Parts: sequence; C-alpha cells; structure tokens
Amino acid sequence: MSDILLKIEDLTVHYITDDGTVHAVNDLNLSLNKGETLGLVGETGAGKTTTALSIMGLVPNPPGKVINGEVEFEGEKLFEKSEAELRQVRGNKISMIFQDPMTSLNPIMTVRDQIAEVVLLHENLTAKEAKEKADEMLLKVGIRADRAKEFPHQFSGGMRQRVVIAIALACNPVLLIADEPTTALDVTIQAQVLELMKELKKEFNTAMVMITHDLGIVAEICDNVAIMYAGSVVEQAGKEELFTNPKHPYTIGLFNSIPDIDSDDSVLKPIKGLMPDPTNLPTGCPFHPRCDLAMPQCSEILPKRTEISENHYVKCLLFDGGG
Amino acid sequence: MSNTLLEVKNLKKYFKTTKGMLHAVDDISFTINRGETLGLVGESGCGKSTTGRVVLRLLESTAGEVLFGGADVLAFNKKELRRFRENAQIVFQDPFASLNPRMTVAEIIGEPLVINKKTSNRADLYKRVIKLMDTVGLASRFENSYPHELDGGRRQRIGIARALALNPSFIVQDEPVSALDVSIQAQILNLMDELQKEFKLTYLFISHDLGVIKHVSKNIAVMYLGKIVEMSDYSSIFKNPLHPYTKALLSAIPIPRVDKKRERIILEGDVPNPIEPPPGCRFYGRCFCRKDICKDTDPELKQVSETRFVACHVAT
Ligand SMILES: Nc1ncnc2c1ncn2[C@@H]1O[C@H](COP(=O)(O)OP(=O)(O)OP(=O)(O)O)[C@@H](O)[C@H]1O
Ligand SMILES: Nc1ncnc2c1ncn2[C@@H]1O[C@H](COP(=O)(O)OP(=O)(O)O)[C@@H](O)[C@H]1O
Ligand SMILES: [Mg+2]
Ligand SMILES: [Mg+2]
Repeated sequence: MSDILLKIEDLTVHYITDDGTVHAVNDLNLSLNKGETLGLVGETGAGKTTTALSIMGLVPNPPGKVINGEVEFEGEKLFEKSEAELRQVRGNKISMIFQDPMTSLNPIMTVRDQIAEVVLLHENLTAKEAKEKADEMLLKVGIRADRAKEFPHQFSGGMRQRVVIAIALACNPVLLIADEPTTALDVTIQAQVLELMKELKKEFNTAMVMITHDLGIVAEICDNVAIMYAGSVVEQAGKEELFTNPKHPYTIGLFNSIPDIDSDDSVLKPIKGLMPDPTNLPTGCPFHPRCDLAMPQCSEILPKRTEISENHYVKCLLFDGGG
Repeated sequence: MSNTLLEVKNLKKYFKTTKGMLHAVDDISFTINRGETLGLVGESGCGKSTTGRVVLRLLESTAGEVLFGGADVLAFNKKELRRFRENAQIVFQDPFASLNPRMTVAEIIGEPLVINKKTSNRADLYKRVIKLMDTVGLASRFENSYPHELDGGRRQRIGIARALALNPSFIVQDEPVSALDVSIQAQILNLMDELQKEFKLTYLFISHDLGVIKHVSKNIAVMYLGKIVEMSDYSSIFKNPLHPYTKALLSAIPIPRVDKKRERIILEGDVPNPIEPPPGCRFYGRCFCRKDICKDTDPELKQVSETRFVACHVAT
C-alpha cells in the first residue's frame, strides 16, 4: 500500500449566490502522506476553509457546489460515497477543529459528557467507561479531572480550544483537519496549544492539515506547506525547501510582508494591490495583476502545476516553460 | 519647546463591576517624545485600549496625571478639551465597527472638518477630502462608496484619513492592522510610517503582535494585567528581555524561519482575573523564577539603564 493518505485532484468548488458565482476553489491539487502535517496557508478568502469542508463532504449545498475534481482518502473516492458512509469516515477517520471553539461545543453540556458522547458513538464502551476515557482525554490536554463537570462558558478561550482538541482526538482519527485553531488565542496560550498538538500528533501518529495564515506556525509544526491564492495551490513543497527557496512571486511577497523580529531595520515590501474579487477572477494567472514579474502572456495563460524539483510544485509561467 | 509630547504619571483606571473593582490600568507611567512611537504590547485584556482611551480622555481616569505638551489634560475645561481632541486622534482596530455605515467615504472623512467648523464652503471641503484621500492612498473614485462596499485595507485607510483631517500631532493607533491580512497589513504599516515622517506625528501604537510593534516603535512597553512590566528601546528588549513575562512572550511568537530554533518557555495556566487582584507581583502565579518576596510585594518599575525599565524583584 502507498503512503499517500489524502489526495485532492483538480478540485473546483463554487458558491452560487445572488451576487454571482464565487470561485472559491479552482483546480486545486494537494496530497498528504500518512502521519504527515501539511500547512495550508493563505489570506482571507483564499479558499482554505472551503477546501477543508470539501474533504469532509460538508460544503453547504446550496449555495456551494463541487463542480469538478476528486478527493481520495485511503485510496477511496470520497465523492462516490453515500451520506451514511461519509458520516462513518467523518466520525472514525477524519476530525475537524474549527477556529472558534464555541461553534463545536454544546453550551449546556459538561465538557466530560461532550467527550464521552463522542467516545460512545465510536467505541463499544459502557457509559461509565466512556466518562473515564473522557477524563483521560481531558488530562491529556491539560485539564484536571476536577474541572470535567464544568460547562464551556466557565472556561477561557485556550481551555475551550483544548476541549475541542480532546473531542477531535477522542476517536483517534487518522486525519485531523485544524482550521485556524489558534487564531483566536493570545500568543502565550497559542504556544501552549501548539505544543499540545505537537505532542498528541506524535503520540497518536495522526496526519494533520493545519490551516493558517501564519507562516510562523507553519515553521513551528508542519512538514510540508501548500500556499493558496485565489482558490488554488500556487506552490507546494517541503517546509525547509519552501522557506529557504520559495519560488512563486506570491510566496515571496508574503515573506516580504512580515515584519522580521530578528533584524533591527526590516523594510516591508508589501504586495501591491488587493485580493481579486472571487466572483470575477482575472484571466490567466489570478496573481498577475499584483505580480512584479508578470509577463504579457500571464494575463492569457493559466499556468500548469509544474514539479520544479522533487516534491516542489509551482503554478507560475516563469517555471512552466512559458517564461 | 520640550522634546516630550506626552507624559503619563501613575495613571489608574478601575471599573466597577458586580464582582468588585476591576483594575484595568493600575498605576502606569511613561513618556513619548515628539515624532516618536511608543509601542504598547500585551495580551488580550491587559489594559492597552483602556490606556489609550484614558490618555485621550475618552474615558475618565481613576487617578494619575496626563500631561500633553506640558498641559494637564485631566484638568482641561470644555474649550481646552475640544482643542486637545483636534490635536490628539485615535484609529481603531475594526475599521468596520468604527465607521458610520450610512455615510459615504467622503462624508466620513470630511465630518471632523464640518463638526469643528474648519471649512466655510463645499468646494473647499471637497478639495480637502480629496487631498486626504490621496494622502492615505485611496483613489478618489471611492468618494461616494459606503464602507461596507470596501475591503478591510481600504476601510482602514478611511479611518486614518479621518484621523488626519484636523492635522493632529498625536495619534493613538489601537490595533490598526490586527484585522488585516499580512499583505495588506504591510501596506498600511508603510503608510503609517510615511505619514509619521511627513507630518511629524507622535504615535501610541497598541498591538498584541510583537513583530508589528518592533517594526513601528522607538520604545516598547510590555503590559501584563494592568501594569507595565518592562519598558525599553525597541532593540534591546528583543536581544535581551529582562522580565520573565517578556521572555515568555517573546519565546512564544512563532517565527517564520526554519534556520533558527529558539528555546520555548511554555507558561502554565491563563492570565488571572483583573478583579480585585491580590497584592504582590501580578505575574506571580505563572512565573517560572518567582521568589517568596514576589508573593506579597508588588515590584516597582525601576530604571536599569539609560533606555530600560523593569518591574521584577528577580531581574533587578
Ligand atoms: N467599560 C468597561 N467596564 C468594565 N470593564 C472593562 C470595561 N472596558 C474594559 N474593561 C476591562 O478592562 C480590562 C482591560 O481591557 P482593555 O480593553 O483595555 O484590554 P486590551 O489590552 O485592549 O485587550 P484586547 O487586546 O483584547 O483589545 C479587561 O479586563 C476588560 O474586560
Ligand atoms: N456559504 C458561502 N456562500 C457564499 N460564498 C462563500 C461561502 N463560504 C465561503 N464563501 C466564499 O468563498 C471564498 C473562499 O472562502 P473560504 O473557503 O472561507 O476561504 P478562507 O477559509 O481561505 O478564508 C470567499 O470568497 C468566500 O467569501
Ligand atoms: Mg477560513
Ligand atoms: Mg484593545
């Protein structure tokens, strides 16, 4: 059996609204090996969450619609599965953590009962055993058993997010999709949560898609990185390679936009212009209007995904034999 | 003319709550020189915005002094306060919430000029609004747009143009780029920098992002639970943080680099409750180098070198 756990091919997802068709995900390609952590990086509206929802089979329909493409998980095509089969996959194999912990917590249930409920759904245990397992999971995420009978509102943001992680890991998933899990947290609390995720990932050998807009978090915990722009992965590579040898002009622009706390006089070189309107994407390469290296043909030809060195993919005419 | 524009002395702001007094800002002092930026950094709820608001007298203080160009802001009468408000402005984090959704871009930017009777005719007002839009990099074609029709970066440019309308010398920047994507954040940070140089502006720049704070500041003050725990020139604090909280905060920032590994200090627990805090150092419960004295004796902010101050029994 191959090591590939998740493979997304030519995924295109639209949201059909009164204001037009939002091209949320366009011809997106990605792959993830077992036990590996992939950072999915992009700015607001790049299509990160939509990509994650597609993997889960949870794109809201309407207005969302998968137009084209394939998601393969453990060698099986997810879009060919029935809703019941998908629910099985979601419960037992893939878990998702959302940015705002309150969206996935039940406000009127104690945190212990919420975890036990998930455990019962997936494991053949008595109610008492499920509660014990819940306390064990809470302890793993650093919450003492004497607080297990409290409700989410009695916890701080960081603690709530830890409860959500405990729930997500309670059924021991093969793949964990974390959608900006620390964006709402303060840095010292974020550091706690990231540390915890790193440890748990090692212990359970879970593969993970870490969705974030923060390249610092990627440097911290990912093995591979995919950079998204306007619904498409424009560059994917191993972490070391992407950070030391970025190729796509957008990736380079992102790095130049971040203040560097290790040097005294950092000059910011922002990317000019704004994100394109997703209901009206530019022709050719969607980044060309903001690109300092754009050539005349960039407004006409959509670049193909090119492997420029082993496991380093770029979607840009400069590397497509077109430049 | 003295070089100091703003001097804050022993400033306190307590809020009455049903559970007791909340010490949002608890005895802080700092100065900002003309044309310079003091960066105020700290985690959610530590009192950054409250500090900014009390300094501008948008909130009444509980105790302390605020001197602006040597004048006692807290003693200003109505007329003096009005003049002060022209001279001292604020830019907010959420450009959406702070802009009137029913007014056009031109109306929002021009409003301070109209309210303060700084213009006598429509043609002059129009000319000045267009000039302000140009100053902050907003194309004049947006003059009749409404804030909700624009993206976050442009909305923040409206907020900045409005703050500049009355030619202020001082601006409190309260998380002005926190809601923006990095590529847009960099554009706005560069704009603030250019404006500061062009108009000799003095900034109190509030952010929870140490990277941003380092980029914009001459001096940096680190707040924890209503107190300034460390204050320093922008460079030394990153090279050699003195307060244990500053050390933990710096080590917690994820750095977008793969060539450097740093020692991580993971703090236990969460920020404690600011309501009726116990005596002693506010950081005591989470500190990894605490001593007995820290438990009941509140450390004062002490000067340790020409540019550095720290409030810690252990570090000094
Ligand atoms: N009007 C108010 N009444 C009661 N408490 C308040 C009020 N305004 C602020 N506080 C409290 O004062 C403390 C400091 O709040 P402040 O808004 O200054 O923090 P901050 O550092 O700006 O945080 P953030 O980074 O989340 O913006 C907090 O505990 C807050 O809950
Ligand atoms: N339910 C929805 N209806 C209509 N448009 C949507 C919906 N969800 C997302 N979008 C649009 O799809 C695009 C991609 O969004 P999203 O996947 O949430 O991006 P990200 O997570 O990278 O910020 C955006 O333009 C967004 O406004
Ligand atoms: Mg999202
Ligand atoms: Mg604030």
